[in-house]
Amino acid sequence: MKIKALTRSTSSYQAPGSDVAHHPRNLDPAIHPFERAREYTRALNATKLDRMFAAPFVAQLGRGHVDGVYTLAKDPNALDRFASGSGDGVLKVWDLPSQDEVWQTQAHDNLVKGMCWTQDQKLLSCGSDKTTKLYDPYNSTPGSAPTATWLGQNSFTGITRHRTDTTFAVSSSVISLYDLSRPSSTPTQTLAWPTSIDTITCLSLNQTETSILASCATDRSLVLYDLRTASPLHRSVLTLASNAISWNPMEAFNLALANEDHNIYLFDMRNLSRALNVLKDHVSAVMDVEFSPTGEELVSASYDRSIRLWKRNEGHSRDVYHTKRMQRVFSSCWTPDNKYILSGSDDGNIRLWRSNASARSGVKSARQRQKLEYDVALRERYKHMPEVKRIARHRHVPKQVKKAGEIKREELGGIKRREENERKHGKKGVKRRSDREKMVLATEQ
Amino acid sequence: MAELQTTDLVKANGQVRAQRKGPPTAQLSAEDAAAKKRQEEASRKYGRGKGIELKNVKDRKARGTLKALEERYKESALKAKEAEILLEHDSGFLEPEGELERTYKVRQDVIRQDVGVETAKKGFELKLEGMGPYTCDYTRSGRDLLLAGRKGHVATMDWRSGKLGCELQFGETVRDAKWLHNNQYFAVAQKRNVYIYDHHGVEIHNLDQHVETTHMEFLPYHFLLATVGSAGWLKWQDTSTGKLVAQTSTKQGTPTSLAQNPQNAILHVGHQNGTVSLWSPNSTTPLVKMLCHRGPVRSLAMDREGRYMVSTGQDMKMSVWDIRAFKPVHEYFLRQPGASVAISDRNLTAVGWGTQTSVWKDLFSKNRQDVDQVKVQSPYMAWGGEGQHIERVRWCPFEDILGVGHDKGYSSLLVPGAGEPNFDALEANPYENAKGRQEAEVKALLNKLQPEMISLDPDFVGKLDTVSNQQRQAEKDLDRKTGAEAERERVEKLRNRGRGKNSSLRKFLRKKGNKNVVDEHKMRVIEMREEQRKRAKEAKEGRKGEDLGPALARFGRKGG
Repeated sequence: MKIKALTRSTSSYQAPGSDVAHHPRNLDPAIHPFERAREYTRALNATKLDRMFAAPFVAQLGRGHVDGVYTLAKDPNALDRFASGSGDGVLKVWDLPSQDEVWQTQAHDNLVKGMCWTQDQKLLSCGSDKTTKLYDPYNSTPGSAPTATWLGQNSFTGITRHRTDTTFAVSSSVISLYDLSRPSSTPTQTLAWPTSIDTITCLSLNQTETSILASCATDRSLVLYDLRTASPLHRSVLTLASNAISWNPMEAFNLALANEDHNIYLFDMRNLSRALNVLKDHVSAVMDVEFSPTGEELVSASYDRSIRLWKRNEGHSRDVYHTKRMQRVFSSCWTPDNKYILSGSDDGNIRLWRSNASARSGVKSARQRQKLEYDVALRERYKHMPEVKRIARHRHVPKQVKKAGEIKREELGGIKRREENERKHGKKGVKRRSDREKMVLATEQ
Repeated sequence: MAELQTTDLVKANGQVRAQRKGPPTAQLSAEDAAAKKRQEEASRKYGRGKGIELKNVKDRKARGTLKALEERYKESALKAKEAEILLEHDSGFLEPEGELERTYKVRQDVIRQDVGVETAKKGFELKLEGMGPYTCDYTRSGRDLLLAGRKGHVATMDWRSGKLGCELQFGETVRDAKWLHNNQYFAVAQKRNVYIYDHHGVEIHNLDQHVETTHMEFLPYHFLLATVGSAGWLKWQDTSTGKLVAQTSTKQGTPTSLAQNPQNAILHVGHQNGTVSLWSPNSTTPLVKMLCHRGPVRSLAMDREGRYMVSTGQDMKMSVWDIRAFKPVHEYFLRQPGASVAISDRNLTAVGWGTQTSVWKDLFSKNRQDVDQVKVQSPYMAWGGEGQHIERVRWCPFEDILGVGHDKGYSSLLVPGAGEPNFDALEANPYENAKGRQEAEVKALLNKLQPEMISLDPDFVGKLDTVSNQQRQAEKDLDRKTGAEAERERVEKLRNRGRGKNSSLRKFLRKKGNKNVVDEHKMRVIEMREEQRKRAKEAKEGRKGEDLGPALARFGRKGG
């Protein structure tokens, strides 16, 4: 008879005197029962932990501004510098690691309307005092005089610069292009839609397709121009005016519009008669919008005192940030490393937020990293389960926002109901208009 | 192959040439064939059953997701198969060398001589006479042993080192004892209530809602202590929160046995009348009732994959059941009713009957169809016949050990080939230290499953609830008539009820509030009423005619 029975030695699992135990694995599903139920439980726990660790607010920078912060501009060549401009004409440059001010000056007599950094890390700002000024915050002392000044006919409303050239564009009633190397007050080029007379409120040069310029005006229009032919390309009129434009840094032909009607519209510049997506959640005018450096997400600042984060391809926000003290938010932007968000609000403070509320920076051990990655995978796998969905979606919003949202929902529901009734009982064959094209009133080539 | 690459991929007429790797009926290359074979082997051992028929899924997105899922399942089976080379131990065995040798003739002392000294030490006897038949229970890691004598003697021990944990003398009847999630706590079903003790033997809880409990089971992933008493009430108590989760009456008298299905945490209760009922805490009625024996069901056991059940009854039978289809596989005859049955991790079935214990091998095989299951002719091993009445047999997890509790104490038998040779340290670790045990406890509590998740199919979580949709459809009366047919039915209903003063037609016409509404339905009813009246009149006249006789009827007054 051949006989063998199981033998194991205790010392092979933990050597005497050692505190390192050996953990053998066996992947046989028979000794891992309730696989699905246990995984679901872990997913639920992961979701709860994710919400427990959600602490989006990091800090507010320095002592902020005296007046409201209406513009923010990040230096595309540095991870740690950005500038802010306030309602009293003061420019400040901030250092992110120390979260403090490094440079400041009284640039304008009135509102700072727009700012941008040049390729050689100088700061351009334009204001409603009809001037555009060039500063060198890296190499000059605080309060120093501008290195160049351009005077305009009207007050300026926005500024944007060319990716490679020394050209920059400012807007007033027309768009004027200046050259950084020629500090003369006559623009090298002016652009305008032939029939339009209203003030242009914002403009943005595409940083990938570098000759394309988009602008919004108070006549509710979105106009595209080409710098190579020095002519406008296209104009479409929406139901309400837009407050900001942001080009997608990864998909050069896509842009986002922050609209007065509480929505953000994503357009493909090749087809402006229909939006790619409509992002709805704000309950007041959207003041600023920006694509993340990855082009996957957006951040928007709104007059309803909140910031919302969006995924490009989803219709509702993935997160909403607010504090008790934050007033109307006029500007927001991503830091170039995609990890943080900056917001400037009417109360004069600049706030730093995490772009992922439950994420923490800092060195993590391999095990911790593995665990976090596993949790993400679990959440993704069970996101459709009602309990997981409920916990992941729940956000506390200020009472006013919640109330306004409820009222808005009711109103929109009423409008929709009325339209449906009209459709049902009115003339036959009237088609519903998609939400994505409703707001486009006219397009012109 | 080279030729194919140089030819144009687009034909002269602009059509794209179809590309193929080889001719349509090409044989698999040796590598591919080997890979396919490997995949099949892996799926047979570690797979999750037959895959989903992707062709029938119409939604493209769903099909894509399902395809990815299937791929992942396949891959994980293959990985588990490949990880086999990392397994450290092989299972034990007992094999005859000649045709005349029989494994069931091998005695314990022969085995003890043949195996190593350390292993031989694992077979031992405890003589505990006088404290009545002993029940025994191992912890999930198989490290600690709990002994409970009927007359009130309870002891725990680390049986590998032979160290006594605690010893208690209650002086009252003890019917069952059970370890909870680890070796720190155990529950004892005493004369009246169930008590929970810690490893020092200190009473921690008195579960006074569990009265006269006869059988207990612990569901380790749900932290539920399930008990059933002589009144037939099945109770689930959450041992982590202390809440009584559910209780139901089995309504079939005093239950005779209780066992859990380790795969789906369903409780199987054996009854006096030979039925076995399956219970979950989410239902007040049994999920399934099966008639297994002609007489009380003495004992039950399920294999660890939840596919087969072995039951013994007072009718001196041991029967094997497929509990996926609830079909019998085979029946075996025992010379005395089997008092206790247990199935080991490698599917050896131990059954204690009278003073004997026999161990059966291959009573069922998961890779065989039910019709192909063979009836085994002789047991694998046998023990006993020395006057000890067997009370309880239990396999020690991860060891080749069978624990037998009997009226003269406890015997630990060596049964080669019984235990799972390779444990997973993250599930149950027989060699864990105190730190590991504490961590495992926290992990287990974090991953505690809710009692609502107990169902016959343990993988229902996260699936689309198609059944309830079906049910909704079924509940909706699909034969419901519509339009003209419905109208006819409605009128028909009115017609067929009573003809008296309160006939339904009259009642309908008399109804207040709709006197001036004359719709189609009402017209029909009026018509019908007229018809009825006419028929009644005719009948009356006819009767009168009959009274007068055929010759005088013509003189009868009309309408009189």
